[in-house]
Amino acid sequence: MAVDASTVRRIAHLARIAVADNEIEHLEGELNAILAFVEQLSEVDVVGVEPMTSVIPMTMKKRADVVTDGGDPDAILKNAPATEDHYFLVPKVVE
Amino acid sequence: MTDLTTLTIADARAGLARKDFTAAELADAHLAAIERARVLNAFITETPDRTRAMARAADAHIAQGRAGPLEGIPIAVKDLFCTAGVRTTAGSHILDNFAPTYESTVTANLWRDGAVLLGKTNLDEFAMGSSNETSYFGPVVSPWRRAGSNTDLVPGGSSGGSAAAVAAFLAPGATGTDTGGSIRQPAALSGIVGLKPTYGRCSRWGIVAFASSLDQAGPLARSVRDAALLLRSMAGHDGRDTTSVDRPVPDYEAAIGRSVRGLRIGIPRQYRVDGMAQEIETLWASGVEWLKGAGAEIVEVSLPHTRYALPAYYIVAPAEASSNLARYDGVRYGLRVPAGDITAMYEATRGEGFGKEVRRRVMIGTYVLSAGYYDAYYLRAQKVRTLIKQDFEDCFNAGVHAMLTPATPSAAFGIGEKSSGDPVEMYLNDVFTVTVNMAGLPGISIPAGVDAMGLPLGLQLIGRPFDEETLFALGHVVEQAAGHFKPQTWWAR
Repeated sequence: MAVDASTVRRIAHLARIAVADNEIEHLEGELNAILAFVEQLSEVDVVGVEPMTSVIPMTMKKRADVVTDGGDPDAILKNAPATEDHYFLVPKVVE
Repeated sequence: MTDLTTLTIADARAGLARKDFTAAELADAHLAAIERARVLNAFITETPDRTRAMARAADAHIAQGRAGPLEGIPIAVKDLFCTAGVRTTAGSHILDNFAPTYESTVTANLWRDGAVLLGKTNLDEFAMGSSNETSYFGPVVSPWRRAGSNTDLVPGGSSGGSAAAVAAFLAPGATGTDTGGSIRQPAALSGIVGLKPTYGRCSRWGIVAFASSLDQAGPLARSVRDAALLLRSMAGHDGRDTTSVDRPVPDYEAAIGRSVRGLRIGIPRQYRVDGMAQEIETLWASGVEWLKGAGAEIVEVSLPHTRYALPAYYIVAPAEASSNLARYDGVRYGLRVPAGDITAMYEATRGEGFGKEVRRRVMIGTYVLSAGYYDAYYLRAQKVRTLIKQDFEDCFNAGVHAMLTPATPSAAFGIGEKSSGDPVEMYLNDVFTVTVNMAGLPGISIPAGVDAMGLPLGLQLIGRPFDEETLFALGHVVEQAAGHFKPQTWWAR
């Protein structure tokens, strides 16, 4: 399988990464090189093989459903690019 | 007084206990070495004030007779581990002003045991790379050079700054992370020891995530014993990482010098790849002889799905990365590039904040997880991963205790030599290491010789799950036979 220029644009949008028009052709080549490389997996017989979900066998750990942390909005917001009154600021979403 | 930067961790520990020198003196010697070696670009952030404060505290602990196992030992930390109050960049523009308010579990364990932070080392952006050339903060220059040449070489990657710092005697030990070879490959290219523990042995909490089912933290050091000392402090159960394993941490140092007589060592025939350099073949054969000489039994084994590990990795790792890196949205932390509406802001932030390799992998990951392609790519890759793990299990069940392979297909290459059009050329560096991540196993890289140009080469030992001790025992045999390797000092000013 290979991607074309319009697919590259669609993937970039799905990934929320701005890509300039003059980079599309180059990216198309790179992505297709990677896709050509992984194509060899199609020759492996995987009939009846379970997909891996956990590389080391372990049962899902569970903890008590209690609050163990929190109550420190200053720490949470410390690295935020824009804040106001202990809220994260984003561009207007709802008109 | 001897140059304190030449000491191993074990030597430094003994010297501190004998009061031959103080932790403050040890720290100052390394800080001075770091300052003289800035041309290597091994550190993104140096932390001299914190280093000296931690060293003073270590000296107080030693004076009070309550020294921890690593009391006063200076350590370099890959800039992928969150360090409270110290900038943590992941080698990326998108995090270049990020100062965590919390400490990763692995580094917290090191400080608990008395270690001293020297600074945060350079790395490939988000640990995506095999040469340390994708860092937003510029490439790391290896302390190694080809005989008679001034060409700048790569230290390997992604833990390239950690490897260069240890090889250049800027730090006696460092932390790294290994998703496809990012500890073992730079260790091999830099002539030092690097260990990737079994998946789940070290907590991933507080480490900037790349591919969560593959990422493991581990040590880089100049001796097998030092790697064992570091791992003992780094490892351990952590309730904040659901994949962290709750089992006791052994005294890994006790495995150093343990007999390897009677251990069965597998030589996987699929690792004898076409066009393999004669030097690598010779090195591998030497390793076999050394282990045989120590009483180990050598058997040829088969890992039939080996060649599919790298392509499967380049589906699984980008898929997980595309999910993990979705968090960099310009809202909660990191870079924000303002643009019209919120979607435009996300796209502008991520477009400017991510470098080319990260963008490429996030896009591949997005594609293989997208509707209509998930089964063909991602699900198939996870099935192949099951087969890769099964290959190893079959060998271990047949009585093989560990395997011996080359660590890398070649020695270090020049900066810029492999950054041409085809990204796959760079990916092939990890052909011998990536299987270990796919199967969740422990692997150690040991310096074992030099190539015709005088550059270091490494051998890899792969172990059974949670049997790092056997790797340390076998690694010590290789180390004793091969000796130690250090670069000519050309960088100190």
